[in-house]
Amino acid sequence: MKIKTNLDKFIMLKYLVTKLFQSIILALGVLLLAFLMIRMTGDPTSLMLSRNASAEERAAFRASMGFDKPLSVQFINWIRNVFRGDFGNSLHFKESALDLVVQRLPATIKLAGIGLLMAVIIGIPLGFWGGLKSGSIPDTIGRLIALMGQSIPNFWLGLILILIFAQRLGWFPVFGNDEPKAVILPAFVLCLPVMGELLRLTRSAVLEVHNEDFVRTAWSKGLYRRTIYINHILTNVFITLISVIGVEFGYMLGGSIYIETVFSWPGMGQLIGQALGWRDYPLIQTIVIFTSIVVILLNLLTDIIYALLDPRIRYAK
Amino acid sequence: MQNKYTITTSDSLLDLQISLWDKIKRIVRLLWRDRIAIFGLLIFMSVVFAAVFAPWLTPYQPLSQNLYASKLPPAWIKGGSWDHPFGTDNLGRDMFSRIIYGARVSLGVSFVGALIAATIGVFLGSLAAFIGGRVDEIIMAPINLVLSLPYLLFVVFIASVLGRSLINVILIFGVTNSPIFARVTRGEVLRIRQSAYVESAISAGAGWLRILIIHILPNLVGPLVTLISFQISAMIFYESGLGFIGLSVPPTIPSWGNMLAEGRRYLTSYPWLTTFPGLAIMYTSLGMNLLGDWIRDISDPRIRRARR
Amino acid sequence: MSTILDVKDLVVKFDTIDGIVNAVNGISFHLDEGETLAIVGESGSGKTVSMLSLLGLLPSPPARIEQGKALFKQKEGYIDLLKQNYHILSDIRGGEIGFIFQDPVTSLNPILTIGQQITETIIRHLGKSRNEARFLAFELLEKVGIANPIVRFKQYPFQLSGGMRQRVMIAIAVACNPKIVIADEPTTALDVTIQAQIIELFKQLRETLHMATIWISHDLGVVATLADRVLVMYGGRIVESAKVEDLYEKPLHPYTIGLIGAVPGINSRGSKKLISIPGSPPDLMIPINHCPFAWRCNEVEAKCWENIPTLHQIEEDHEVACFLHESAKVY
Repeated sequence: MKIKTNLDKFIMLKYLVTKLFQSIILALGVLLLAFLMIRMTGDPTSLMLSRNASAEERAAFRASMGFDKPLSVQFINWIRNVFRGDFGNSLHFKESALDLVVQRLPATIKLAGIGLLMAVIIGIPLGFWGGLKSGSIPDTIGRLIALMGQSIPNFWLGLILILIFAQRLGWFPVFGNDEPKAVILPAFVLCLPVMGELLRLTRSAVLEVHNEDFVRTAWSKGLYRRTIYINHILTNVFITLISVIGVEFGYMLGGSIYIETVFSWPGMGQLIGQALGWRDYPLIQTIVIFTSIVVILLNLLTDIIYALLDPRIRYAK
Repeated sequence: MQNKYTITTSDSLLDLQISLWDKIKRIVRLLWRDRIAIFGLLIFMSVVFAAVFAPWLTPYQPLSQNLYASKLPPAWIKGGSWDHPFGTDNLGRDMFSRIIYGARVSLGVSFVGALIAATIGVFLGSLAAFIGGRVDEIIMAPINLVLSLPYLLFVVFIASVLGRSLINVILIFGVTNSPIFARVTRGEVLRIRQSAYVESAISAGAGWLRILIIHILPNLVGPLVTLISFQISAMIFYESGLGFIGLSVPPTIPSWGNMLAEGRRYLTSYPWLTTFPGLAIMYTSLGMNLLGDWIRDISDPRIRRARR
Repeated sequence: MSTILDVKDLVVKFDTIDGIVNAVNGISFHLDEGETLAIVGESGSGKTVSMLSLLGLLPSPPARIEQGKALFKQKEGYIDLLKQNYHILSDIRGGEIGFIFQDPVTSLNPILTIGQQITETIIRHLGKSRNEARFLAFELLEKVGIANPIVRFKQYPFQLSGGMRQRVMIAIAVACNPKIVIADEPTTALDVTIQAQIIELFKQLRETLHMATIWISHDLGVVATLADRVLVMYGGRIVESAKVEDLYEKPLHPYTIGLIGAVPGINSRGSKKLISIPGSPPDLMIPINHCPFAWRCNEVEAKCWENIPTLHQIEEDHEVACFLHESAKVY
């Protein structure tokens, strides 16, 4: 993982700039996508107003939101506003949608972050062990845990756990973010599918790397077991894992809709759940865009870490 | 004297030289080695059975309400009866029937959705891999975009815009899951195209259609079938999620997701309303995951190869 | 010249899902200090598997060493390599026995620098500090003919050509001055011109480092220039063992004769037919009790089907396992 030579540093910089550029293009793509999706069924007015609105109300709404202008004009205006930080106002709260979302951001990051931590701490070591001692009892148990984590619908499990641990036993609060230990149940439930995936991936990566020729070379050099496991096997496994971890975090940000709704966790997921009920599309759109941009930044970060670990990536044309 | 004992070097189940009977024997042996996969197969078959034969398996119609018999607990709890083995919901509808019929929705949506996703994805992916160059970039750019975004949020967004209907759900799942098929197909086709088999076939003057059918397609089957099983399992989960927030099929159609949403209000008072749909989802997902695991193991030559 | 490696009755099997593969069916040979022993045979003859098994480098399910002894000379006497625990075995691997693998592209760790992969083994076995190891590595890289060793030290394997990577593999194998170097077809994956260079390099190193070598190959031309003695393997067994001159001048086993006849010589333009050996290698999953070469032998007789031939000495340092030569036994 050493970047010592000047050539290496230069290559790394070039890689960074390329990836940054790609991320910006992605972000623009997201904006375009979100813009188009609201207009998928035609005039967004009918989406946002209730069915009982009169024709005048519709016309007034349409004019105020600018939906009567041609598409390209709408897009340009909208993009200009977005770059100024104006994502429109929430229909329900009558405030800036962006402000509302940013307010909710820390709670969701905390939830997803702790969930990721749990998934990594449980899933990766178990997967590593299972891969090295494949077929053994700990391996089988690990795979069972992974399987259950991926097969149980996690929000349903959340409901059940609330029933048992919060209501019947009172160990955890039933809803909200008021105490530090409130995060444990929702984070755990959120992390389960990710933990399962990480476990399996680690396990299969270990199995694969273990059979690679260069690991055999390492054995033939008579190195200590620990050296081989860490310097040769683990590092190569990590490379496969890093990109997945980034993707999974993004997945958890999305999956937070259900978990936050179930646990009444005051984050972006709960907000979008409510917004869907209110048909508050400016808000919905803002949350989707915002979360996507966070995910894009995350991918950028993982790409950089990946390039730091694997020299072949940063040299690839 | 010609030696008739040759080393079998083929690892693929699709090798045309091995007789059908030998292939069946091999599959059975592989199943026996991973006995757990048998569970997956059985679970899968039981759910398909339930979905197909729903009308004959259920005593009641899933939509028929009977307010006098509402909110009955399952048969083994005091107050329940074997008339309604899983109890009834708040409108008096029989839970058992609704669960069985729900299998139709879940399986239907997932199967058809996965098929649509596979068709679109395989087509796009192989096109990109075959033609390469500009076309490849143009096709894969939006695909890579979609793949790097938080899937659930967009699905929810689109579902909300399009409205609740069976067709919408199937279409949404089909279209939004095609990128992963495209990427996997493209990767596989590129890999195979560069392999020695294909290069020698091309230099021997074989037409590309022949190469496609004999070399590429057989190698695609393994990863594709694996991906389909996992996607089916994922779509069952997504449908339940959408139903949970009221964006799946309309409430007139019994789906496990809808049942979860309806039962949530009564979580503490009548917990069976949410327990059974959740268990059904878990049961089916488990089966598909086990099956998918096994298919992946048997079609990955690196894992199966144990000889040197 | 004393024997440093004495292998007796080695049997290695693989338990696979389709049956048991009898990869090595009872081979015995010895290696003396400083000598170069070549092992020749086609794919599947068991040459690689047998050498890997000596150092415990076979994946252990499915591989299984059913019986055999591999006596390796130490200061106090001989130890059986096949029965050592990890601690002792790891001291010997790299430290006293080096291994050069066939494919230099996949045999080096792609995310570590060349330098790291060389110093790793120096630090492990010679107890040097990081800096001392680095200088030793520079010297080694020079010795194996890599120009600009200081630059190459910090580079990654993908930045080197196949030939250079193989030189690095050689450097790693000889870094700690091992008593034996086992080279598994080290030039097969390289072009012919590079092949010649690598072989030259090897000859030089052999002189300066006085190590015994086991050279596995299917290329008789290479073997002729390099080896002192040759073992010919077929179907997991040794079918002929001889000094290199004797093998080429007086090959005894029909398989050896076939192999030598199959090599096109520069001087044989059109004068001799290129003899190829008809048939294909045996299926190692089927246990046999007749000569494994019987199917393809063009001098086969009835008695070849009744028993498995064992190695008999025909003259000094020349053994063959063939019923056709039973009568000419000389002890």
